[in-house]
Amino acid sequence: MAAAAEAKELNDNSDETDSKKNEILRARNDGMELSKEEKQRLRKEKKQQKKNKKDDKGQPDNGMGKKDKKPLTAPSAQVTTQVQQPVVTQKALSASPVSEAPAPVDRPAKSKAELRAERRARQEADRASKQAKKGESAAQPSVGKTKAPPNELQPVVKRLPEHIQADDPEVVKKLAKKLEKQQIPVRLDYGYKVSLFSHLHQYSRKAPLTQQMSIPSTVIHPSIVRLGLQYSQGIVAGSNARSIALLHAFKQVIRDYSTPPNEELSRDLVNKLKPYISFLNQCRPLSASMGNAIKFIKKEISNIPSQCKEEEAKSRLQASIDNYIEVKINLAAEAITKFAIEKISNDDVILVYGCSSLVNHILCDAFKKERKFRVVVVDSRPRLEGREALRRLVKMGIHCTYVLISAVSYILPEVSKVFLGAHALLANGYVMSRVGTSQIALVAKAYNVPVLVCCETYKFCERVQTDSFVSNELDDPDELTVTRNGRTQLKHWQSFHMLGLLNLVYDVTPPDFVDLVITELGMIPCTSVPVVLRVKNVDQ
Amino acid sequence: MPGTDRETDLSERTEAFLAELKRSGGGAGPLRGSGETARETVALLRKITAQARWSNAGELMEIVRKEGRRMTAAQPSETTVGNMVRRVLKIIREEYARSRGSSEEADQQESLHKLLTSGGLSEDNFRQHFAPLKGNVIEAVNELLTELDGTTENIAMQALEHIHSNEVIMTIGRSRTVEAFLKAACKRKFHVIVAECAPFCQGHEMATSLSEANIETTVIPDAAIFAVMSRVNKVIIGTQTVLANGGLRAVNGTHTLALAAKHHSTPLIVCAPMFKLSPQFPNEEDTFHKFVSPQEVLPFTEGEILSEVNVHCPVFDYVPPELITLFISNIGGNAPSYIYRLMSELYHPEDHEL
Repeated sequence: MAAAAEAKELNDNSDETDSKKNEILRARNDGMELSKEEKQRLRKEKKQQKKNKKDDKGQPDNGMGKKDKKPLTAPSAQVTTQVQQPVVTQKALSASPVSEAPAPVDRPAKSKAELRAERRARQEADRASKQAKKGESAAQPSVGKTKAPPNELQPVVKRLPEHIQADDPEVVKKLAKKLEKQQIPVRLDYGYKVSLFSHLHQYSRKAPLTQQMSIPSTVIHPSIVRLGLQYSQGIVAGSNARSIALLHAFKQVIRDYSTPPNEELSRDLVNKLKPYISFLNQCRPLSASMGNAIKFIKKEISNIPSQCKEEEAKSRLQASIDNYIEVKINLAAEAITKFAIEKISNDDVILVYGCSSLVNHILCDAFKKERKFRVVVVDSRPRLEGREALRRLVKMGIHCTYVLISAVSYILPEVSKVFLGAHALLANGYVMSRVGTSQIALVAKAYNVPVLVCCETYKFCERVQTDSFVSNELDDPDELTVTRNGRTQLKHWQSFHMLGLLNLVYDVTPPDFVDLVITELGMIPCTSVPVVLRVKNVDQ
Repeated sequence: MPGTDRETDLSERTEAFLAELKRSGGGAGPLRGSGETARETVALLRKITAQARWSNAGELMEIVRKEGRRMTAAQPSETTVGNMVRRVLKIIREEYARSRGSSEEADQQESLHKLLTSGGLSEDNFRQHFAPLKGNVIEAVNELLTELDGTTENIAMQALEHIHSNEVIMTIGRSRTVEAFLKAACKRKFHVIVAECAPFCQGHEMATSLSEANIETTVIPDAAIFAVMSRVNKVIIGTQTVLANGGLRAVNGTHTLALAAKHHSTPLIVCAPMFKLSPQFPNEEDTFHKFVSPQEVLPFTEGEILSEVNVHCPVFDYVPPELITLFISNIGGNAPSYIYRLMSELYHPEDHEL
């Protein structure tokens, strides 16, 4: 790809550089439009030059500066300065008129090489410090790729996700620029945000996404658009369902993908997926399980050897996605069910909260295996997901009781066990799940009722979190309004400027409330999550 | 003739009051506040004292007790009715004792003495006729009425002692006492988080009322109580009844709130006027819980599963006294461990069972 080519060319001698440069000069002078590849390269160089300019602030000498910049940028640097002169407002470069461009080339190669090496070392150091300081946008990793090979001294920096920096105007601007480049419309926040959560986005669900923003169909694959709409309207909800839908959509994308000429499938496909992921992020912030699935896909794609034929590569990818779904989700559910059924005894009263596909699966299986138990389904406003679970359980024939979460301290004395599902398990042992889960665990602890969390290992996440504020999702605040006795108290809540509505989606449960986590690897305590993560990383 | 007219008029009023009590219990939560109920009960008892036929204190107490039993039977969960009856009975006893000339200390000595001797002695004591007794009792009942009128203001006056600026206060459901309490402190800038308290969602009304008083308010669903509790400085709640052991019978969801506050070591303050203090203990299972139609929980539109599912909609929650930090009432602030003493000042031990 262009990136690797450029990196190689950095180390080439100047003759090749000159010839390439002249070729491009010729092409430009002939009035031919630059090919897509060249455009990409130019874009990357522009970014590099911007970076160089920032690094080079201390270099007042225009000519010197220009000369310094040149060796580090790709061979078409000269073209860049000429082509982008009207666009790029870099003083160092634009100062020198076009005619001067060929002049620095004639300077002795020796000084150029020296300067090149010196500049590269300084660049590396600057880049390391800059990465450590700021959260980056997606533009920078690609720039990083075109530069020198990775430096081991660079600290491992976790990128701060944009969706929890909605209050930082810099980050918002960067995100807008990135989305503009990927031709994805930006989704606007809605309504008054409670001050404690001003760092999160809050979207409205009233109108479907296609009415709020125009989505260019040429840029985004239609199955991804459909998926995004399903996410934003809540049609596909639930951690497993979202991941499976995502993987199927990606399978469709891969099926319809064809490698453009002069591109490698492994690199180009990953780049193709990036705007899709940004779009899905706009529709609804990605869940931890989706993040892991995407990491898996990207890894699979980049591991495709370059000599592999396109058809074979595509079928290989599809097979690996199928395998992932089968192993990590379906078979894991079977294994977890087997462990969990050991924990259900006859005459048990089991409390479940909301609608977890895994917990429903466990209960249905246990019922099929002739265990006698009854279930208490606890539900909460405004999502009322428990009704779905109630329907499924009643259809199986299980005896159920249904209450709202405010009545949980009334019903808990009758309960013998609590089964909860999880959205993600964090590395410090906290369980991230639907809002209200931590409350149920709290009250169960007060009544000494054991709490069991069921979670597949693909939902384990390396993040750490201690409260439900720093990283969460805000749902549409209008959903909290309700009509009782013919009156809707909060219908005009927006007109009360001191009134805010808070509709949280997730919360974190501390590990001391959870007695056991059932995963397909076995029954582990909450505190063993980082051990599992480490073992998984070593395996991979 | 005027006597019978008055009597029929009296019995009409009593019937009307009983009917309203019965009606107010069902449906979407209490339609009238307990303060109004208390006031109406006392007014009715005053009328009974004025218009009924009685010659001595014992007869009056019998009449009051009979009416009281009828009223509490109409709506067992509305404990303020029973509390007011007991207050009036205590007033009658006191006035009688004062008319007889015996001092306060003797009364108290009597109660210790009673542990050893039988209670039958006291019956004879109320047979004496005193002419000014009626006037005295009515005067004392009027004092009680003025006290009831001023409870909310008395509690609200203490607000500035407990709320500092930039605080985050959490509350649940709708309590007129807490609303007045928070509005009295509104000149300090603080933030209130209201849990909406499903299924009746009275928290919405509370939130709109507070935001109209220029207090920054946020409404959260019940499920988010534990999630936001870590940022809350104080929890201030109202209650339906304060039980004899210092526990509460409050709107459902309060126990969860109290547990969450305990976990985060956040103080839990209960704003309850004295007329809510009841000599009931929480182990009376048959009178403790009250349920209403579960239609709000699982509506009839879910018809096909409705017939196979048990749905519960309890109205009240029990909160044990260990979870409560402070009671703020019209006579000041008290710890939950002091409630039993207050009770002995308000009610006579013989009146605990009406």
